[in-house]
Amino acid sequence: MSPWATVVRYAVQESLRRRVFLVVLVLTGLFLAAYTAGALAIFGGLDDFGGDGDERAAVGTGLLGFAMFVVLFLGTTLAIFLTIGTVRGDAERGLLAPLVVRPLGRTQLLGARMAAAAAMSGGYVVAFFAVLVLLTGAVGQWFPDAVLGAGAGLVGAVLVVCALSLLGSTFLTATANGIAVFMLFGAGLAAALLHQLALGLDSGALKGISELAGWLLPFMALYLASLGSLGPDINTADILGGPSGVALFLWTLVYLALLAAGARTAFLRRDL
Amino acid sequence: MSEVLECHGLSKRYGAKLALESVDLTLARGELVGLLGPNGAGKTTLMKSACGLLRPSAGSVSVCGAPAGSGEALSRLGYLAELFRFPGWLTAEEVIELHQGLSRSRGGAAERAALLDLVGLGEARGVKVDAMSKGMQQRLGIAQALVGTPHLLLLDEPASALDPAGRRAVRELLLSLRQRGISVLLNSHLLSDVELVCDRVVLLVGGRVVRSGRPADLVRPRGVEVETASGVHTYEGSTREDAPRIVSELVAGGEQVYGVRVLASTLEDVYLESVGA
Repeated sequence: MSPWATVVRYAVQESLRRRVFLVVLVLTGLFLAAYTAGALAIFGGLDDFGGDGDERAAVGTGLLGFAMFVVLFLGTTLAIFLTIGTVRGDAERGLLAPLVVRPLGRTQLLGARMAAAAAMSGGYVVAFFAVLVLLTGAVGQWFPDAVLGAGAGLVGAVLVVCALSLLGSTFLTATANGIAVFMLFGAGLAAALLHQLALGLDSGALKGISELAGWLLPFMALYLASLGSLGPDINTADILGGPSGVALFLWTLVYLALLAAGARTAFLRRDL
Repeated sequence: MSEVLECHGLSKRYGAKLALESVDLTLARGELVGLLGPNGAGKTTLMKSACGLLRPSAGSVSVCGAPAGSGEALSRLGYLAELFRFPGWLTAEEVIELHQGLSRSRGGAAERAALLDLVGLGEARGVKVDAMSKGMQQRLGIAQALVGTPHLLLLDEPASALDPAGRRAVRELLLSLRQRGISVLLNSHLLSDVELVCDRVVLLVGGRVVRSGRPADLVRPRGVEVETASGVHTYEGSTREDAPRIVSELVAGGEQVYGVRVLASTLEDVYLESVGA
């Protein structure tokens, strides 16, 4: 096994042993139970009412769209907790030095830690979203139009948060980094609210700020894009300014590359 | 002898504080060098610079001819940090296996068993780090540093948590490593251990090398002590060469001599004198 693969395996094992992973799994199980009960009640009511296909799609979209925010939130929580202490946190606890003095190099070490965190949090999002889609389909006989697009948007959003947390870990202590990344996550949500406010007040200045936030924190745009993939009649483009469509896809790639380059440079220059 | 570690004009500055100032240090193959100095003297900074954890502010460090921190340099050294921790959920054997993977060691299970036996953890290979005492973790740290048979071993306070038997085991281990041609830079406050095993001692104070040499060369003669029937007489300033003359004069003067001892300062005396304590 190569040193890179060794670090990935070690990081994945470490993730599985963290208490946060168990907490997220328990919360996921509780949410799935509640979601199933809710879906049964709502779709049951729709059957009694004699709702048609369009109403079924509207209910399914609403339910799944709401649940996707929970997927995003729990996926983000997992991603943050898996990466908050990758560099400075582990260095201060004495865990990093024995690994860094091995010949695999800091770039590979950081890349392997990112790959492991991305695999864990991305895998969690894929599995959680797939279960929700299957549950919704089984209970309500409704499936979203573009399952892959919706899932990819969610995974992309979580990867962006994961990379932000990894970059933050090269500068901040684990606690400070966790707080900072959750604040950025909140700022992404606030940007969407700000955009709605800007539209209501017809304020160019507020619109400009919310669009800038949409570009700087693209996980929100990715989440909204994945919501937009649920059906043909769902328009999420006006919820938040900033990138959308192909521009969003390309910007996400560039954004991730910039974060990775920033984290690498900071880690290479950092005294341990 | 070829140089395994070379520091030339090595300086390291943390903001306004100069932690190391133009340090020149070399380690030959199989040489065991003790690094001494008070807290804050720059010993750990020197160690960390040698293994690439710190970037020098000036000067250079190389390991086996390769720049410190490069893949080539790191593949030839083993390092035990002063403050280190292994993941508590790994067993002793898994820690060694992890480091075998990181260093591309092909030693496999045989190397793991040999290293754990070497540090006295053969029976504890399945014990999780969380369940280990501080001393066991320190011995595991030494075993980890030896993965892949490094050319240079950097040990930062390797015996600080060990009991007397453990310290003796580490001393014997260091001597056996020297016989195998492995160079060791040992940072320790345990002067007696350093005096017993090290070929050379480097004394750092305020980031500068203030004394360097073989322990025997650093100590100074303090006199000759002679035990006679009338009591113990100390001849301060006399050397080993003066002893026969002193004894002859005492015997000629009718004294009965029962014992003669040449007095020399200890490494501790040299250390305390150098640090101004």
